[in-house]
Amino acid sequence: MSEQTPPTPAALLGEGQLDPDALEAVLAAPVERFRHDYLEIRGLRVSFDGFVAVDGVDLTVTQGDLRFLIGPNGAGKTTIVDAITGLAAATGSVRFGGVDLLGKPSHRIARAGVGRTFQTASVFDELSVLQNLDIAAGASRRAHTLLRRRSGIPDDVEAAMETVGLAHLRDVTAGVLAHGQKQWLEIGMLLVQDAHLLLLDEPVAGMSQAEREETGLLLQRIGAQRTVVVVEHDMEFLRSFASSVTVLHQGRVLSEGTVAEVQADPRVVEVYLGTASTSTTTKEA
Amino acid sequence: MSAVWRSPRARVIVGTGIAAVVLFVVAPGMLSSFRLNLLAKFLCLAMVAVGIGLAWGRGGMLTLGQGVFFGLGGYMMAMHLKLEDAGPGGVPDFMTLYGDGVVPGWWEPFRDPVFTLVAIVVLPTVLAALLGLAVFTRRVRGAYFAILSQALAAAFAILLIGQQKVTGGTNGLNGFRSFFGFDLADPVNKKMLYFIAAGTLLVMVLLVRLLMRSRWGELLVAVRDQENRVRFLGYNPAVVKAGAFAVAACFASIGGALFTPIVGIISPADVGVVPSIVFLVGVAIGGRATLLGPVLGAVAVSWAESSLSESFPSFWTYFQGALFIVVVAFLPNGIATLGQVRLRRRARAEAPPDEPTAEPPHDEVAVEPSTSGRTA
Repeated sequence: MSEQTPPTPAALLGEGQLDPDALEAVLAAPVERFRHDYLEIRGLRVSFDGFVAVDGVDLTVTQGDLRFLIGPNGAGKTTIVDAITGLAAATGSVRFGGVDLLGKPSHRIARAGVGRTFQTASVFDELSVLQNLDIAAGASRRAHTLLRRRSGIPDDVEAAMETVGLAHLRDVTAGVLAHGQKQWLEIGMLLVQDAHLLLLDEPVAGMSQAEREETGLLLQRIGAQRTVVVVEHDMEFLRSFASSVTVLHQGRVLSEGTVAEVQADPRVVEVYLGTASTSTTTKEA
Repeated sequence: MSAVWRSPRARVIVGTGIAAVVLFVVAPGMLSSFRLNLLAKFLCLAMVAVGIGLAWGRGGMLTLGQGVFFGLGGYMMAMHLKLEDAGPGGVPDFMTLYGDGVVPGWWEPFRDPVFTLVAIVVLPTVLAALLGLAVFTRRVRGAYFAILSQALAAAFAILLIGQQKVTGGTNGLNGFRSFFGFDLADPVNKKMLYFIAAGTLLVMVLLVRLLMRSRWGELLVAVRDQENRVRFLGYNPAVVKAGAFAVAACFASIGGALFTPIVGIISPADVGVVPSIVFLVGVAIGGRATLLGPVLGAVAVSWAESSLSESFPSFWTYFQGALFIVVVAFLPNGIATLGQVRLRRRARAEAPPDEPTAEPPHDEVAVEPSTSGRTA
């Protein structure tokens, strides 16, 4: 009795393309809604069984910023995202849009306008693209809406589907999407979720160069309106699209600024890029 | 015909029509009253299965303790029937036999038929909802949830055995003479009970179909597969899961309540660990994530059990075990998914060998994406 369509051969999925024009519809909301959004982290500390993963991090990201978090493995980038979203217990203070986030359960943090993605694309594999986006759009639905079938496609879902270039694949189960398409679907889910703060954990991992380019432009456009934090390893991607960068090292903020400023910081050059050329100037830090 | 099959609405109407004809015309016409009564019993067990299909197949909760809710419904109905038999102000026979002949205060409300019927529907549902919220909020899941629910079933059975004065102990409650004023010895009334069971089951299946196809049904599958992701979209997964668990409990309770007058006895042997597992076996064999798999699986397994035990009394247990192993090993999603597996085989055979793989390679049926219900 299952109403699954047979799996679509990968060849039929085609090359997806992002649609920046459709994004304008998604971002049509008045900027005033986002004016008072800013992420303010003070003295954030996360420890697991005595191991201190994040050690007193201060971080401020304002609306309209596209902030990249970088750092070597184990620097605490993902842990910070986990702490903001309630996945890891933390002390200190995390405020977004005037709301204190620490100590709240994850679903309440999400309702406060915080959305996130994971390193491994975690879409609902057995549900269609449309169903994925429809669920993402529906956290505030009342019981009587939830208990009925979806009639028609909500406008925001349609616009998001076109934005992330998956409109032609709306009825395909998300499990058969290509890796990059899954990442795009995640971004689409953040958009329909109406996240004001988007926390993206390695959003371009595994994407082709062309896909990275498109994704970067999309994130830039979203970042102009909302608060976006990207955890990323790809330096090329960072140089092209970051408007500001925070470098983490062993759970602390090592450096912060524009790409050029951070790249010129000798401490960063030493611990992150691992070049020995400036090692003489680093010790006093 | 194929055009009719394609429209979901037509499919429901045709399917419901066929089921109604089979249940209300063919079965009563072909089966002896003994067999019809047996079928009525199986339909009661199938009600539990429908609920398990929703909670386990769609929601990923391995409910190994549905005997508790089945028993709650069954015992509440039995209490009312005993009090009814005893007459106004009377004392059920077993109480004078084992105890001091005083009806305990918590039995008294069950003299009222309306209270009993409401309690059968509401009490287990509320209990399951509260229990579900408490357990799922603490993120108890998978095997831990299964063990917890199984322990509840064991504890419930032990409690019933221990309180012989008020529950009848190991013997349970039996010897009912009437059902809401109808003489249970009359074959016509037995047939009426069968029709009530068949109608109830049909309504339950249609209700679950509505739930499965609703937005909530999609959300339930999402919770099963990516509970954390759902959380970060702003939903509380505990509420979604507790809802499915409550529906399953409600169905189990109603099944138990009809089981009692149809079989004529409810005892700890019907509610403990073993029956709770047997409920699950039928669902697993039929296909837990499908709509009709649990129903057909439960009825087929019970039917096979009773007819095989008649011919080979000691053979059934082995057969059941073997069937379970075969299904789990070769059709992990149940017999109802046989068609899908064949379709996929054919699709794979026709696909060109050098097809570009944008999707992760599928490992036979084991990680087949369409119905792999995880027990999260």
